[in-house]
Amino acid sequence: MSSIPADLRYATSHEWARLEADGSVTVGISDHAQQALGDVVFIELPEIGKVLDAGQEAGVVESVKAASDIYAPVGGEVIAINEALADSPESVNNDPYGSWFFKLQPSDASQLQKLLDSAGYQASIDG
Amino acid sequence: MGQRTPLYDLHLALGAKMVDFGGWDMPLHYGSQVEEHHQVRRDCGVFDVSHMTVVDVQGADARPYLQRLLANDVARLQTPGKALYSAMLNEQGGVIDDLIVYLLGTVEVPAYRLVVNAATRDKDLAWMRAHSTEFDVELRERSDFALFAVQGPKARARTAELVSQSRASLIHELKPFQGLPDGEWFIARTGYTGEDGLEIMLPAGEAVAFFNDLVGAGISTIGLGARDTLRLEAGLNLYGQDMDEQSSPLACNLAWTVAWEPSERAFIGREALQRQHQAGGHPRLVGVVLEERGVLRAHQVVRVDGIGEGEITSGSFSPTLGKSIALARVPADTRDRAEVEIRGKWYPLRVVQPSFVRHGKVLI
Repeated sequence: MSSIPADLRYATSHEWARLEADGSVTVGISDHAQQALGDVVFIELPEIGKVLDAGQEAGVVESVKAASDIYAPVGGEVIAINEALADSPESVNNDPYGSWFFKLQPSDASQLQKLLDSAGYQASIDG
Repeated sequence: MGQRTPLYDLHLALGAKMVDFGGWDMPLHYGSQVEEHHQVRRDCGVFDVSHMTVVDVQGADARPYLQRLLANDVARLQTPGKALYSAMLNEQGGVIDDLIVYLLGTVEVPAYRLVVNAATRDKDLAWMRAHSTEFDVELRERSDFALFAVQGPKARARTAELVSQSRASLIHELKPFQGLPDGEWFIARTGYTGEDGLEIMLPAGEAVAFFNDLVGAGISTIGLGARDTLRLEAGLNLYGQDMDEQSSPLACNLAWTVAWEPSERAFIGREALQRQHQAGGHPRLVGVVLEERGVLRAHQVVRVDGIGEGEITSGSFSPTLGKSIALARVPADTRDRAEVEIRGKWYPLRVVQPSFVRHGKVLI
C-alpha cells in the first residue's frame, strides 16, 4: 500500500503538487511512483527560470531499473530546485513527500484544481 | 501467468516484487535492490535460480559430442567436478547460448552436467538434440532440480553450518569452479556475482525447507535486480543483451573461452570464427564508466572520436562504485575514451577492462 496524503494534489503521471502560502507550487513524485521505480540513483532537475507548460517534461528520475520523465503538473516558472537530491537521491525512496523536486510560480493557479485529489489519485492507480 | 519455481509462494510471503524473466515469474527484489547488492558484496545472500535449465549428457560419445557442440573444449576438464564456461555457437559463429559444463563421473568414463539459460531453453534443447544424432549420447533435462545460488564472502561458511556433515565438508573442500554430488544434491563453487559462493542443485521437494533454513539463519534473499548489477560489476555477460546469435565470442569479450587447440577439433562455428579472427577488425566488448551523473542503459549510442560508433549492451548504476557503468560494443581500435548519448546530450566515458569489481575490490 502506498501513502497518499490528503492535503496534496496529484497528476496521473504520478507527481504531487502542493500550493504554498506564498502562491508557489512545490512538486515531487508520489510514494506509488517511487515504489514502482525502485532505488532512485539520479535526478535531473529543470533549470531555474525555465517556464514550463502544464504536462511539459520537467526532468528525469532514474532508478537502478529505469529512467522515467517527470512532468510539470501545472504551468509556470521554475523558481527553485532541490539541489540536495543530487547527493541523496535515495531520499526520494525514503521520504517521497518530503523530497521535493522543484517549485513553480504558477501562471494560472486554477490549474491546480484540474489535478486529482487523493481519492481520485488512488482510483487512478487502482484502475 | 509465467512458470513458477518451487519457491514462488515463499517469494511472495517474503514481500518480493515479481517480474517476468524469460517466461518465469521471478523475484526482482524484496525491498531494495541496492541493499541486496551490498549484502552480497559484504556478507552473503541467496538467490532462487531454479528457472535455469540443467541438462545431463551421458553415453559413450559424451565427450566427442560436447567437443563438437561447444567452442570451449571439455577435454580440459581433467579432475572430477571441474567446471568450464563455454559458448555454444551456430555455424556462423554466433552465440546460441553461454553455459557452464561440469564433469560428472570420471575422466575415464565422463558424463557432463550443463547449466544453460532459462530464456533459451527451448532452442538450446532443440539444437543439442539435432546435433546429437550421430553420437551415442543421452540428453536428460533435470527439471526435477531446484537451483539456489548462495553468493558472497561468507556464503560458504554460513551455508556449511546449515547442512549435513558430509555436505559441509564438501563445501569446505571444493575448489573454485568445481562442483560435486553429495547424495541427491549437487554443490558447486560457481556463481554469477564476482564473489566466492555456491550454486546448489537439490531435489525440488527439498527446496522450500532448505531455502527456509537459509533465510532462518539470517541470510538475505536477493532478487534478479541485484543479480544483474552484481554480474555487471563483475563484467559477466548476460545472454540476449551482451551477446546473441548475431555476435561472435570474439565480439563479446569471450575469445578466452574459445579453445583453438587442438586444431583438428571441428567444433560448430569454428570455420566462421577463424575467418573473423584472421580478418581482424571485429568490434570489441569493453567496460565503460560514466564519470558524470546519469545512468547508462542498453542501446544508448557510443561514439569514438575519429573511429566510429558502437552501443551500450548492458548498463546500470553500480552500487559499489556509486556511478554508472556499462558494457559496450565498440570499434576494434577504440582506446581509453569514448562518448555516450543520453537524452540528446553527449557525455564522456572512460573505457576500461570489462571487470569493475571482483571479490569486493574495485578494479578500475
